[in-house]
Amino acid sequence: MEKLIGLLSDMAMLWGEHWSRYLTGICNTLILAVTATFIGCIIGFACGILNTIPCSKTDSPLKRFVLSLTRGIIKIYVEIFRGTPMVLQAVFIFYGLPYFTDSSVSFSGLGGIWKVSILVVSINTGAYMAESVRGGIISIDPGQTEGSMAIGMSHLQTMLYVVLPQAVRNIVPQIGNNFIINLKDTSVMFIIGFTEFFAVHKSIAGATFQYFPSAALEMIGYLCMTLAASFLLRLLERKLDGSSSYELAKIDPLTMTCGTYSHPNKDRIFKERSKEYSQKEQ
Amino acid sequence: MDNAILKVNHLSKTFGSNAVLRDIDFTVKKGDVTSIIGASGSGKSTLLRCINLLETPTSGDILYHEKNVTKGEVKPCEYRSHVGMVFQSFNLFNNMTVLENCIIGQTKVLKKEKDEAKQAALYYLQKVGMAPYINAKPRQISGGQKQRVAIARALAMNPEILLFDEPTSALDPEMVGEVLSVMKDLAKDGMTMLVVTHEMAFAKDVSSHVVYMNQGVICEQGTADEIFSHPKRQETKDFLSRFNNQ
Repeated sequence: MEKLIGLLSDMAMLWGEHWSRYLTGICNTLILAVTATFIGCIIGFACGILNTIPCSKTDSPLKRFVLSLTRGIIKIYVEIFRGTPMVLQAVFIFYGLPYFTDSSVSFSGLGGIWKVSILVVSINTGAYMAESVRGGIISIDPGQTEGSMAIGMSHLQTMLYVVLPQAVRNIVPQIGNNFIINLKDTSVMFIIGFTEFFAVHKSIAGATFQYFPSAALEMIGYLCMTLAASFLLRLLERKLDGSSSYELAKIDPLTMTCGTYSHPNKDRIFKERSKEYSQKEQ
Repeated sequence: MDNAILKVNHLSKTFGSNAVLRDIDFTVKKGDVTSIIGASGSGKSTLLRCINLLETPTSGDILYHEKNVTKGEVKPCEYRSHVGMVFQSFNLFNNMTVLENCIIGQTKVLKKEKDEAKQAALYYLQKVGMAPYINAKPRQISGGQKQRVAIARALAMNPEILLFDEPTSALDPEMVGEVLSVMKDLAKDGMTMLVVTHEMAFAKDVSSHVVYMNQGVICEQGTADEIFSHPKRQETKDFLSRFNNQ
């Protein structure tokens, strides 16, 4: 108990002294995670959509060649960036690229660090999202694709107006997952000197030797960020679901112009059904 | 033969080594109501899907107003916008309301103005008795209602011919009537229709022309009276007697 109180007082002291540095760290982490998740989603959607373009044996050889080439490239991209640690990718790009290109590509200063961080986290998120988007697209029942093709829509129109709006709804939980993972995993970017939330902890703990109080502050900070993210994503999902009820259109001025509306059960359209019911009632 | 909308010549379709359709020949004229009947697995639905190019025929031709559709003389998208299709499983767009379902094709494919499209959509929704439900999403209405919306969606494209792929097979028995009545009404209005169905009473009463399919070939075709009252082939007789015994 004594130790816990000690920890709490140390935490309060640390926060009192260094709150602005911690807040800067939180801000940097948030900016990096939001930007990279956003760009990653764009990459993921592009890859997922390209991967689901239908290709049949009757298509022209050129189309089939281009499609299989893009699919091959996407596959290599996904496997490499999903299969290697983000820390090493950051190192290879930040230190490796200038070295191997004799500094014709180099990243200097704070801008360089930001650029590489956003790039690495984005392409990682993109690699994960590519498969999620593909899954989201193929999860939409093919009947709806046929329905839209049957009224003459092209593949692009079908995607834009029918499949993607529904696929996005199914992918939102996965986007949330990636965002939360990004919030935490951006911490590996301290390796190239990016001052996000975790890097702040390292420098403060190093200077003050208050390792556990600082780590506890970090835990609370990360938890708050992820909880807020979960909450916002739930709100978004609920908004995308739309209202669960609907209102009957009783009088619509537009329907009157094409004739008055008569009650279906009295109409001849319902002749058969009403016969059935009247027989049952007798 | 000038008013032939659709001609199917020597159409065949194989899946792997399995010949599902063999040498199918028939013609649909303006105002015809053609029913395709036959046992399950006889290739009726595949035939309809081939006609709408949802399946690519292995060989043979489909002529739409003398233009060869299978050889690409008409663009598939344009052809499909003239040939409406109603599916067994409705296939409504779940992300749109009933009204939007009937508007989207008109604005995106036929490039109509939104107001004009809305007028047409409401007219056809009213025709099938679904006008009060324009704000509902497909998941909120019953099967029979969904199928009526699907019919309105197809009609809103102002098609020359409507294909029905077992439109009542996925419905509860009490909802079959409402969909069949809508279809009967369309037939009365002179709509050209091609209907794959297991509803023999409907085929008998409404169709001008009946095609009986057995194991991927057209076994017999003729007027409703010829097929139902005086079938020539033994297979047709057997099939119809099986139905009558049920």
